[in-house]
Amino acid sequence: MKLPKLPAPPLPEALQPSPPRPGADKPKKPLEQAKEAGISAVDWVDERTALSGSLRWMLFRKVPKGTNWFYTLGSASMFAFLSQAMTGVFLAMYYRPDAAGGAYESVRHLTNEVFLGEFVRGMHRWGSSVMVILVFLHMGRTFFFGAYKYPRELNWIIGVVLLILTMTMSFTGYLLPFDQRSYWATVVGVNINGTGPHLGPYLSDFLRGGAEFNATTLPRFYAIHMLLVPGAIAAMIGAHLYLVARQGTTAPPWLKAEPDENLRTDEV
Amino acid sequence: MASARKTPKSKYTADRNIPGAFEGETITRRRLMTLTAHGAGAAATMAFTLPVLGFAIGTPVFERPEPIWTPVGTPESFPNDTYVPKVVNMVEGVGEIGKTTAYVRAYNPDIDGPDPVHPFIAVSTRCMHLGCPVRYVDAAKRFICPCHGGVYDVRGDVTGGPPVRPLDRFYVRLRNGQVEVGPRYSVNSELDIFPSYRDPGQDLDGIGQYLYPGRFSTPRREK
Repeated sequence: MKLPKLPAPPLPEALQPSPPRPGADKPKKPLEQAKEAGISAVDWVDERTALSGSLRWMLFRKVPKGTNWFYTLGSASMFAFLSQAMTGVFLAMYYRPDAAGGAYESVRHLTNEVFLGEFVRGMHRWGSSVMVILVFLHMGRTFFFGAYKYPRELNWIIGVVLLILTMTMSFTGYLLPFDQRSYWATVVGVNINGTGPHLGPYLSDFLRGGAEFNATTLPRFYAIHMLLVPGAIAAMIGAHLYLVARQGTTAPPWLKAEPDENLRTDEV
Repeated sequence: MASARKTPKSKYTADRNIPGAFEGETITRRRLMTLTAHGAGAAATMAFTLPVLGFAIGTPVFERPEPIWTPVGTPESFPNDTYVPKVVNMVEGVGEIGKTTAYVRAYNPDIDGPDPVHPFIAVSTRCMHLGCPVRYVDAAKRFICPCHGGVYDVRGDVTGGPPVRPLDRFYVRLRNGQVEVGPRYSVNSELDIFPSYRDPGQDLDGIGQYLYPGRFSTPRREK
């Protein structure tokens, strides 16, 4: 037997929607409401930080004619660094810097047994090479386009510091898997550092944490690799980007400036 | 303005008509507060920076661990015309990587000259180019490095390749009827002893011994 459908009970008066006032706008659709909520949230932050001015200054810059794909190498290097930072942070959740065998075992475990471990470690391992290559290409672009010239010399110097820091990351990261290749590459690398006159011997003792490769060498490399140098790189990238935004980018060297007829004059 | 810049202001605050200035006072209160704030900030920064720098550098650069002596066999077990490879401990507590190979033989006047420094010669396998492990090839009477082709004769002297000085050696002593191999020392091409052993790649002839100073923790070169 089919039951008759009963009418819904009436809403209490307080919950009933008020009738639209004459002359008022039509009620907003949910999509418009969501949009407005987003805008007002952004406004709330901007009213308290005035960030939008800085963001406009950073993002909406004039770029010269002739800007091309080579100009993306700097951003590419930065995203390579961000990828390294992200994968590195999560690799640190499984890694154990223990020179008496724990380091190799932890890398073996995270590579072979942890879900997606081989993939994330592979991203970090191959990403390091990608980052070095991109940094060098970016440096070559800057050099061959003459973009290091006045007033951008300081940015070139910061870039060189970033290059050295990137190489430091590669050097210190190479030891961490702690297999034969890591160990001997580090022995050789530290000894190359030691051949610098006067300060070299102390630098290699500092890197090893003593006169011989010892139990503190690996944690030392690990701390330099994951704490000291990444912080320095992030700070240097900030300075690098600030100067790029402040000075703007250069036109490629093959682009001649267009003569402005208004500036031409027959007078000497 | 130009003329005002030419005549330097008096160093006394009283002469500059600063309200509340004392007789003979040379520093304004604003300047005193600025210097105090900067000084306090610098002192606070140094208070955590200097200890961690000393922490990171002090032990590695200024301290030397206690020597470790490894017994490697009876004196009769070492011939004087070829080397016997022995594993010795260099660093405790790091398992395999704290060990290294020493090639040990008895002193031989035909090879080592008339005056024995030690009754046994223990040669390090650490190549003096960049630190790879060399091996002794008895047929050629040569130490040969696998990495970049360094070659050394039976005394450890360089006969070819990129190494900059002869192979390091180890102090050797006799205890309880056992030959014991101890800390490493470096030699230059005259086989002069440098007790503060240098890293590979650091020349010890001529100007090299000044370019690559020894560690603070070890005594100066023996004469």
